[in-house]
Amino acid sequence: MENIAGQKSGLSWAVQISTILLVLLWVLPTFGLFVSSFRTTDQISTSGWWRALSTQERQLPPIRVEGTETQKDGLFVIDGTLFPKGGTTVSAWGTSSKEPTAYEAGATAELNDGVTLSVKEDGTFTLTSPTSTADMRLPRIFTTASAPPEFTLNNYSNVIFSPLAGQSIGQAFLNTATVAIPATIIPILIAAFAAYALAWMEFPGRALLVAAVVALLVVPLQLALSPLLQFHNWIGIGKGYLGIWLAHTGFGLPLAIYLLRNYMVGLPRDIIENARVDGATEFQIFTKIILPLSFPALASFAIFQFLWTWNDLLVALVFLGTGNDQQVLTANLVNLMGSRGGDWEILATSAFVSILVPLIVFFSLQRFLVRGLLAGSVK
Amino acid sequence: MNPAIQAVLTVAIGVGGCVLYFWLSNLFLDKVLYPPRGPNAGRNINRANMIRPWLFLLPAMIALGLYLAYPVFATFWLSLHKDVGATKQFVGLDNYRQMMTEGKFWESMRNNMLWLIVVPAMATAFGLLAAQLTDRLKWGNFAKSMIFMPMAISFVGASVIWKLIYDSRPAGQEQIGILNAVYVWMTGNDPQQWLQIPFWNNLFLMVVLVWIQAGFAMVILSAALRGIPEETIEAAILDGAGPFQIFFKIKVPQIMPTIVVVWTTITITVLKVFDIVLAMTNGQWETQVLANYMYDKFFRAFDVGVGSAAAMIIMLLVTPILVWNVHNARKEMR
Repeated sequence: MENIAGQKSGLSWAVQISTILLVLLWVLPTFGLFVSSFRTTDQISTSGWWRALSTQERQLPPIRVEGTETQKDGLFVIDGTLFPKGGTTVSAWGTSSKEPTAYEAGATAELNDGVTLSVKEDGTFTLTSPTSTADMRLPRIFTTASAPPEFTLNNYSNVIFSPLAGQSIGQAFLNTATVAIPATIIPILIAAFAAYALAWMEFPGRALLVAAVVALLVVPLQLALSPLLQFHNWIGIGKGYLGIWLAHTGFGLPLAIYLLRNYMVGLPRDIIENARVDGATEFQIFTKIILPLSFPALASFAIFQFLWTWNDLLVALVFLGTGNDQQVLTANLVNLMGSRGGDWEILATSAFVSILVPLIVFFSLQRFLVRGLLAGSVK
Repeated sequence: MNPAIQAVLTVAIGVGGCVLYFWLSNLFLDKVLYPPRGPNAGRNINRANMIRPWLFLLPAMIALGLYLAYPVFATFWLSLHKDVGATKQFVGLDNYRQMMTEGKFWESMRNNMLWLIVVPAMATAFGLLAAQLTDRLKWGNFAKSMIFMPMAISFVGASVIWKLIYDSRPAGQEQIGILNAVYVWMTGNDPQQWLQIPFWNNLFLMVVLVWIQAGFAMVILSAALRGIPEETIEAAILDGAGPFQIFFKIKVPQIMPTIVVVWTTITITVLKVFDIVLAMTNGQWETQVLANYMYDKFFRAFDVGVGSAAAMIIMLLVTPILVWNVHNARKEMR
């Protein structure tokens, strides 16, 4: 098919380029957040992530002059540097926010009352004054400087260990894992037995049950929230982990049964009938033959359910309490978006911590995910 | 108790309990109730085989009945009642009437309709485009997994990602949101608060879901494209069809059923969209959608009646797809 009529080479270039564009469009948003999570607060707030690697000329937040004064030639002098870390090059500076670029680097400015201030290219400044500066309000220096690119891991250590929205992301991470792991494992076995019955046992009402499962697949879980919360309160488990595990189990079952049944129906009839003839009980057939053979389907459902429960927000908001020991990553992230909406270093890093595990699962088990999607593209 | 220990215990109890239930109930059936021995061996085997399916199905049926089927009816019941003191009073369709008088409800309906049209269409179109483009590329699999990746990202995580893109700084400052950076650079206008421009902000929210769902559409459609018989394409090439004709006149019609499945699946996701709106605008600036409206009613206004009525509207919108899916499933069973 490659080199026959209808496949022009010009078109194949167009295909290459369009694909590159499409892939870039899909990857760049995540990549931008990823880069941002390693940048310092200053850098994020003054330049886009796409300029993270370039040395940037930008206006820095004002720095107030401070230091110990010395007396020299009858003048009071304060010497110091604006950038103790070095590596920053000042191109222009000023002392008011109206004219932040009034003076060039190296120039000396005459301020009020005979005070002079000079700022050199490397950020060292000299302030001289005819009187003592002890009672004086020292000027602020606005600088336009080029700073080298700077990357840091501090955002991650901050976000993971220190409480931001009342709770550290590290704690929320553990809470999410606590929700997701049991909620993934418990439905599998229940669904597997049911799927086997629906696939390989003859009994009246089977078709109806399969139809019911298909119908329940699309029932919006929004409907379940209020009645189930009341039910949980009524039986006394209220809001908490037990409730959310049960809820996720219930909500995950239709997809699990549907996926597993579709897979089990496709298993070769001979194996099962031979086993029956050899005197194996249904229970033995299920545990010894069906379950091992269904491993790919079990794996794809497990991945779906894990991603779904890890990423879920709504069910967690409704069925879990709001305490620090129960808030999950997604809920924490929503809180942060409200309270720390402009602090991109915190938001980006927290978001990245929350999507890290799903991404690892996704990339390592993509095979099963695709297979599962193809088997039951309903949810 | 530490939640982690509780989790391990629950897994152990849940899994152990399941195994024990299935094992014991089967044992009971085969050894005690209807043993396949003695004078009635044949009758016993038949009876055991009639009961066994229900043993296998019981836990799943209880869970499904309690957690999905019962709530549908309970929500309907709640939507017809109002809290009067501590008791529920039957009020007929009052909750629905009250909901219909609210501007926010109609705003949600309008936005939901927009979402229903735009998101499935765009996601399917991008998915189809990606499937076709990557089909014969050497690095097609890599490209696919990159486009598929957002599937793994939570709606909230995706909201953070896109909020950074839509970020806006006052005019004159350097923009850190890429959309404004490009916009200012290309047009020279002042930067825009993208999420606060009524009507258009809906589209900016929809982009997030399209971004997530296109990978799903691509995976399914790509498999469908591969399933097209080669002969039909070869014949078209021999007849002198160009690549675009082949795509639109030969390939697309053959995978139409799959396109419909993808479309309806995304439609269901769209009807339930909640996280994105909650995280990015919380329904402000005329971006409310039904699911978030319902959440507001239930858990912020504590108006269970109207909240249930809103939930029933979502159910109503899903019903045609539900019927269609069941219809198809029954056709396949036969």
